[in-house]
Amino acid sequence: MATFNFELGELPPEAQKVREEIRDFLARTLGGTSATKRALSWGGFDREFSRKLGEAGFIGMTWPKKYGGHERSALERYVVLEETLAAGAPTSAHWVADRQSGPLLLRFGTEEQRRRFLPRIAKGELAFAIGMSEPDSGSDLASIRTRAERVEGGYRVNGTKIWTSNAHISDYAIALFRTKVVPDKKHEGLSQFLVDLKSEGIGIRPIIDLAGGHHFNEVHFQNVFVPDDMLVGKDGDGWKQVTTELAFERSGPERYLSSVQLVIELIREAGAEPGERAAVVIGRLTAHMATLRQMSLSVAGMLQAGQNPNLEAAVVKDVGTSFEQEIPEVVHALLGIEPRLGSGSQFERVFGYLVEHAPSFSLRGGTREVLRGIIARGLGLR
Amino acid sequence: MNDTRTLLADTCTRLFTAEVTPALIEAAEKGVWPAALWQILEENGLTLPQIPESRGGAGGAWGDAHVVLAACGRFAVPLPVAETMIGAWLLSESGLNVPLGPLTVAPVRPAEKLALAREGAGWRLSGTAVRVPWGASAGHVVVLAEGDGKPMVALVKGGTAKAEPDVNLAQEARDTLEWTGAPVLSAAAAGAGLPTGALMLAGAMARSAQMAGGLESLLSQSVKYVAERVQFGRPLASFQAIQHQLALLAGHTAAAGIAAQKGFAAMDAGDAGFEIACAKIRTGEASGLGAGIAHQCHGAIGFTYEHTLHFVTRRLWSWRAEFGAEAYWAAALGREVAARGADALWPYLTSR
Repeated sequence: MATFNFELGELPPEAQKVREEIRDFLARTLGGTSATKRALSWGGFDREFSRKLGEAGFIGMTWPKKYGGHERSALERYVVLEETLAAGAPTSAHWVADRQSGPLLLRFGTEEQRRRFLPRIAKGELAFAIGMSEPDSGSDLASIRTRAERVEGGYRVNGTKIWTSNAHISDYAIALFRTKVVPDKKHEGLSQFLVDLKSEGIGIRPIIDLAGGHHFNEVHFQNVFVPDDMLVGKDGDGWKQVTTELAFERSGPERYLSSVQLVIELIREAGAEPGERAAVVIGRLTAHMATLRQMSLSVAGMLQAGQNPNLEAAVVKDVGTSFEQEIPEVVHALLGIEPRLGSGSQFERVFGYLVEHAPSFSLRGGTREVLRGIIARGLGLR
Repeated sequence: MNDTRTLLADTCTRLFTAEVTPALIEAAEKGVWPAALWQILEENGLTLPQIPESRGGAGGAWGDAHVVLAACGRFAVPLPVAETMIGAWLLSESGLNVPLGPLTVAPVRPAEKLALAREGAGWRLSGTAVRVPWGASAGHVVVLAEGDGKPMVALVKGGTAKAEPDVNLAQEARDTLEWTGAPVLSAAAAGAGLPTGALMLAGAMARSAQMAGGLESLLSQSVKYVAERVQFGRPLASFQAIQHQLALLAGHTAAAGIAAQKGFAAMDAGDAGFEIACAKIRTGEASGLGAGIAHQCHGAIGFTYEHTLHFVTRRLWSWRAEFGAEAYWAAALGREVAARGADALWPYLTSR
């Protein structure tokens, strides 16, 4: 049986210094932001904020300076991530690019792609979307059908991507297409591409979520030309590359902090001298959060050490999203208040937002079931 | 883990695999003191890993004690190893010598108080402590008591109290001890190095490591069992329902493991109230969930006395409630967090 290797991670002194810097930045930039707005967490999209964050040197932190990065450690970057999340900063205009598209280009992209995209991502100027799922391929990602056929000077793409968050307001997507059909071997013949979302032939249709919000899109490709120099990595290596990308996507503190504003508001509501029941609830949530933070830090330490903590990242995401989803349940059980939308107190509205959005926490970035399959494989069960 | 601790973990695994057999645990449940096993533990320096060499210990840190206690949990070692470590720590931190042999500690419940009264040059102990681990069988009892209005640590011989034997769910002795002016072997003001509530804190910390170890055992026993057991023509391990339950168990085991580790690391760093509260809450909750999953995956055979699963699960169910149950630690932690205020939550979490 494989054992899970969670060692305590220690933050170096320079990471503590970064914490002071980012706190200072966030206090200046977000001062006066309401709890309701903070509750959007990394769902908030604000190019102005992302530009300021990039300007201050907090995007692309670990990348080489020659690509606009800052050559800081993964642990310093980790501190910035957890602080922006805890503050409820609107990070989604740079989040995907900083977390996975940039690192993917750094690992598999050409020199020209790195020089062209990374400096602008680090400045907070480029928003990326993720083109993975398709109408018939969600958890079973390797079954995608969108075709990229070889043509003079590049590829011609036809098909549909779905659940593409922020495609309508992003600049580029990194998308997985099928460049070759290999019978009975669905993991072969896949390739990753940089796609300019303003390309001719791309149609973006909104999909409104249950809360009335527009994050999701359906992205149609009709004879979209993608030039050769937008192929990421090797033609046919897409599956290997995309699993690397998903490891970036699953390992961060955003997988346990989505409901942190509700915990904060619950503590405010309970007051400085809570009753026994409220105290027990607050203490318990604190213990869970502190433990998840240690698990998440441990994964960050493994990344910093150049290890491959895919399995541990899946564990943190599984335990973390269950915790995020439990928080509104706990509020229901403790206080019996009504979750509300546009009216009511800040607390009731944060509650309302999280009750409605909690189901997505264990869907995005790999469903709970997919993650448990990965963990089970790690245990040697499959 | 550093090299010394890896070595220590290997030593524990080797010794316990050979010595802590189902027959030994069964005999202990019937009240037989496993004297030979205690001897082996003591000879290998496993009972006082974190006590200075000058007091007869191995000269290590609480981090070393963590390795031993997690192994004790993994193998359901039916001895007061945790209690001995804690008792010896109270003594040595207060400048007192540590006797050989098994120790226990009292009181182990939050609200109980014991009193020391001067008599000539020495002290006499009075008061009642309930559910003292191996209270009637340990060689000595280390008590945290009040004397002259100050917290003191005192050592009394086993057998100096009126004992009312009882057990926990795992048939580990949990006795009520009543002292009435019992003679004290040695006593001193509680050492400056001891935190407030030292006994409850160290006890909760130790139980969290034991529970984390126990969960590891549940996970490995369950993974092994479902790979071997065939139903409907295939191993249980091939059923997705089983896979997902064990993935969940693995998650809680990992959470419990790091929560416990963090408690010990903070204790070595000198300020561990927050971390130990978190550890006891998190490992306790994981224990309940984990025991449920392990039993479900084992089916009826795991519910028999013949199978070894219950040696761990019954301990988890009891340890959860010892040295302060989750409710006790959560209420204390919750009050502290609330008193600091909502906006201090995140700065507080990141300062630990």
